[in-house]
Amino acid sequence: MKTRRDTADWIIFGGMIILTILFLIPILIVLMNSFKGRFFIADAPFEFPTSATFVGLKNYGSGLEKTGFIPAFGYSLFITVFSVGAIVLFTSMTAWAITRIKSKFSSAVYFLLVFSMIVPFQMVMFTMSKMANMTHLDNPIGIIFIYLGFGAGLSVFVYSGFIKGIPREIEEAALIDGCNPLQTFFLVVFPILKPISITVAILNAMWIWNDYLLPYLVIGSNYKTIPIAVQYLQGGYGSRDMGAMMAMLVLAIIPIVIFYLTLQKYIIKGVVAGAVKG
Amino acid sequence: MQKMSWKYYILFTFPTLLAFLIAFLIPFLAGIYLSFTEFTAVTDARWVGLSNYIRAFTEDRFFLNALWFTVRFAVVSVILINVIAFFLAVLLTRNVKGTNLFRTVFFMPNLIGGIILGYIWQLLINGILINFGVDITFDAKYGFWGLVVLMNWQMVGYMMIIYIAGIQSISPELIEAAKIDGANTWQILGNVTIPMVMPAVTICTFLTVANSFKLFDQNLALTAGAPDRASAMLALDIFTTFYGRNGYEGVGQAKAVVFFIIVAVIVLLQLKLTRTREVEN
Repeated sequence: MKTRRDTADWIIFGGMIILTILFLIPILIVLMNSFKGRFFIADAPFEFPTSATFVGLKNYGSGLEKTGFIPAFGYSLFITVFSVGAIVLFTSMTAWAITRIKSKFSSAVYFLLVFSMIVPFQMVMFTMSKMANMTHLDNPIGIIFIYLGFGAGLSVFVYSGFIKGIPREIEEAALIDGCNPLQTFFLVVFPILKPISITVAILNAMWIWNDYLLPYLVIGSNYKTIPIAVQYLQGGYGSRDMGAMMAMLVLAIIPIVIFYLTLQKYIIKGVVAGAVKG
Repeated sequence: MQKMSWKYYILFTFPTLLAFLIAFLIPFLAGIYLSFTEFTAVTDARWVGLSNYIRAFTEDRFFLNALWFTVRFAVVSVILINVIAFFLAVLLTRNVKGTNLFRTVFFMPNLIGGIILGYIWQLLINGILINFGVDITFDAKYGFWGLVVLMNWQMVGYMMIIYIAGIQSISPELIEAAKIDGANTWQILGNVTIPMVMPAVTICTFLTVANSFKLFDQNLALTAGAPDRASAMLALDIFTTFYGRNGYEGVGQAKAVVFFIIVAVIVLLQLKLTRTREVEN
């Protein structure tokens, strides 16, 4: 009985190793091709570089130059960090206020925010980008405000679910001790929200960092984020530089892998918590 | 708590609500209005009644094609992703060594953005197809299966994690009791594990259906709809209608409203199903 179980485990282990390799191979092939000359990639992506096709870091140089990848990285980082910060700060405040103060207005706000989660982006893309244009939000700082509006639905929803489970006595004690609501929130409630804030931050960071269409429509003509820079390389028909493309794909993946490996525990937990609540 | 004054209530909610109003609510309402008008900018809208909706389904053959493509894609990917993810979750909850490493690797593609994923798979799929003298833009069926493979690579690990959480929440006593009653591995799987992870199945089906229907970035990068918009899904078709040629903005907006209604109906059906199941439990 024991040996049969052991054999089964060994077969599973072997199968998993093969599957792990299959999962990693797409990325490794892109990495390998990023060192080959641009004309040796599309025709033979599965061939190793040879002395004739190896070009060292040349693709990285031409890719950086063509796409403006370094400023794109800066814009992506700036927009992601500050949008996530704004979302965590303002939506937690909103969620607390509308959860604790019961009124018709609070219910209506909650309903509208939850409703926004099911509306596909294409429904609002044209009018929203015109609106961003008219209100002069079409720049890397203004887009943070747009992201706050779009991220509000999911974030308020997740925060509200958590806040309902916090006993009110703690907050009431703080209010009786003479704290005003602002002090109560930041000194008492916000620290309690920390685990759910991490979830909200991770969910929004993954969305905003990878988002293509919203920044493309709102700021794309003047400022490129990483996905816009990669898509820009596509260029006109036939003129695409495959070498530069491979190099930029590698550079786009590296920050994600680093982020994932350092915060893996929180990311997996946060994504599961977000999925279960969403 | 009811003591919190209006001054503070406004302070707490104002920034979010203003952003929500500008980024979502006004554009949403304006979008519904514009779907009944002809326009090139928001300011020159002229009321045309239902004509955009009629044009979306009659004059424009691409929309129904995109709808059909999306439905087929959603059905195939939802089934494949969930079956594979569930299967992996069962195998990875048996305390096989290396489980953590496998989980880490399988989940990783989920963090990579759609545009990047699209170009990775374009390289691989074209690299294979070149041996047959074609590429991915040759026929919509290559784009279709390319997207299915891409979507599986991206979402299997994510769904697997949710299934693992579901399987681990089953109490060991339940499995023990089944074993004492003489159930074999397959009977335990069919009669204990699967019924107990139904909530996880609901969540995963919901997430995969929603993601399949709304897919855009991957579609744009992998085929951009080639050949001749035949591999364009709903979201990409709406984008192309809007920004592809002048005079079709109203039709694009009408298509977007139809798209919204389809997604909303799916979500509401799903929520209703979840509710009934929760009552049963």
